[in-house]
Amino acid sequence: MIVVRGTWAQISKNLWLAGALLPLAAMIFGFELLPIMGMLIDSFRADDGNVWTLGQYITALKNPYYLVAIKNSLLISLLSSFIAIVAAAFVAYFITRLKPKSQEAVLTYVNLTANFAGVPLAFAYIIMLGNSGLFTILFQRWGLDIFSEFDLYSWSGLVLVYVYFQLPLAILLLYPIYFEIKEQWREAAHLLGASDMQFWLQVGLPVIMPGLVGTFSILFANAMGAYATAYALVGSNYNLLSVRIGALISGDVYARPHLASALAMLLALSLIAAMLTNEYMMRRVRRDLK
Amino acid sequence: MKEKKALHRFAIALMFLYLFMPLIATFLYSIATDWYDTVLPKGLTLSWYVKLFQDVRFVAALGRTLFACSVAVGLNIAVMVVSLFIVSLYLPKLERLLQAFVMLPYAIPGVIGAVGLIKVYSSGPLAISGTVWLLIGAYFVVILPYTYQGTRNSMRTVDLPQLVSAAELLGATKPKAFFKVVLPNILPGVMVSALLSFSVLFGEFVLTNLLVGGYYETVQIYLMRRMRESGHLSSAVVISYYLFVFCLSWIALKLGQNFKNGNFDNLRGKKYELPHYR
Repeated sequence: MIVVRGTWAQISKNLWLAGALLPLAAMIFGFELLPIMGMLIDSFRADDGNVWTLGQYITALKNPYYLVAIKNSLLISLLSSFIAIVAAAFVAYFITRLKPKSQEAVLTYVNLTANFAGVPLAFAYIIMLGNSGLFTILFQRWGLDIFSEFDLYSWSGLVLVYVYFQLPLAILLLYPIYFEIKEQWREAAHLLGASDMQFWLQVGLPVIMPGLVGTFSILFANAMGAYATAYALVGSNYNLLSVRIGALISGDVYARPHLASALAMLLALSLIAAMLTNEYMMRRVRRDLK
Repeated sequence: MKEKKALHRFAIALMFLYLFMPLIATFLYSIATDWYDTVLPKGLTLSWYVKLFQDVRFVAALGRTLFACSVAVGLNIAVMVVSLFIVSLYLPKLERLLQAFVMLPYAIPGVIGAVGLIKVYSSGPLAISGTVWLLIGAYFVVILPYTYQGTRNSMRTVDLPQLVSAAELLGATKPKAFFKVVLPNILPGVMVSALLSFSVLFGEFVLTNLLVGGYYETVQIYLMRRMRESGHLSSAVVISYYLFVFCLSWIALKLGQNFKNGNFDNLRGKKYELPHYR
């Protein structure tokens, strides 16, 4: 009798637990897993949705239009990440040389600007450097012709804005990495007669190199997945992978959800590769993460 | 060495000039009467802000943003606190699996998320595409990593299993222990992650635009549509938005400092920065 009552209590308790966990499970399933699975399946289907095919991937990688979009995305991601990481490598190091109190303050402000991205950022650049932007008109008045060639709504404008939202992230990522270079190493190197340059080339850089590569891969992913900033600045006119995906599902031109799924899968693959690289590299440099 | 210090300061100052220039320009533009061919604006005014908050369309957009964000955050927090309470007390083995699922949205940019969501919800039994309910579902998933980290960290800080068994020893039932002992103790941490999630969603554009853009105008969509019409008005939107998010982060930071282990970055649960995808 006791045993039976025990199992009954057990069952009702388990039911109660399962019931309480159901809302979270349902939301994760419905709005995270189901869409991902749907996209994966869709990417292997023909446009009518009835036939299994690799056609969407072939279109994505063969059609010049989409190939250019992928190439542009890769290029702008690599270029903006490269510019940001070079600038950040210096600035982040300079920050570590400040007093601890000032370091904290500087990082707080950098963090503040890290959130300035997307539509507001594109807008700010339009009022500064757009066709009738503040600086555009000022430079014209002052007769600074070097800037008259500059067009915010083109490749160079896009790079400029991408670098802006990459820089704070790059600084925040690189800053902790410099603490892996111990002060004693520098002193030891100097005692042995090494110059600053020699120290950096032979000790400093090799130590932080995995950190630089890892940070670069995160920046790369950040730019590959960016959509709002580019969309707000150049609309669907500029051919980027994320902008193409958006146009293909929202039907700016005409909706092709299956092709959009294949392109999204390719984008996801590039992001996963970048994240894995980062994970691997960061474990090599940041001893505090082990 | 001294010379180098000066160089460092100069480089950092230059960086700040670069990073704050767009914000300063937008701010000045939002309080300028007229400003197009002079170094500084011709006159200053607050009339753009007055106009903005008198604009019925903007107020409606603000209302929609607040509604969608509040529902998503409120729902998420309620579900997350209950689920984590149960998992950490009864089913600790599930914790790793749960973590994998709730952290996944960190890695998925909005533009990829939107593809799958539109596919699933534009037809079939649950055709909620274009409605605020799809948006709330999407928002719910976006903030999972933030609320999970915040809630789990606070539960770890108070040592949940110990706390509950202590309460039970003193005669409380499980529900009573949850409401009277656990909840008040984890509330500050949960509040911080709620505020953080709220500010993340407040700035959300990609999912909003792709999922419900034409039907449900939020502040971000309003800004997108009006920014080429009126620069001054749009500047007022950007600055108001930025001030609001700044206040939220500041409150979260202050709240966070008030309890143990309450470092803002810890609560955000980052070992290091992750992409923002914007």
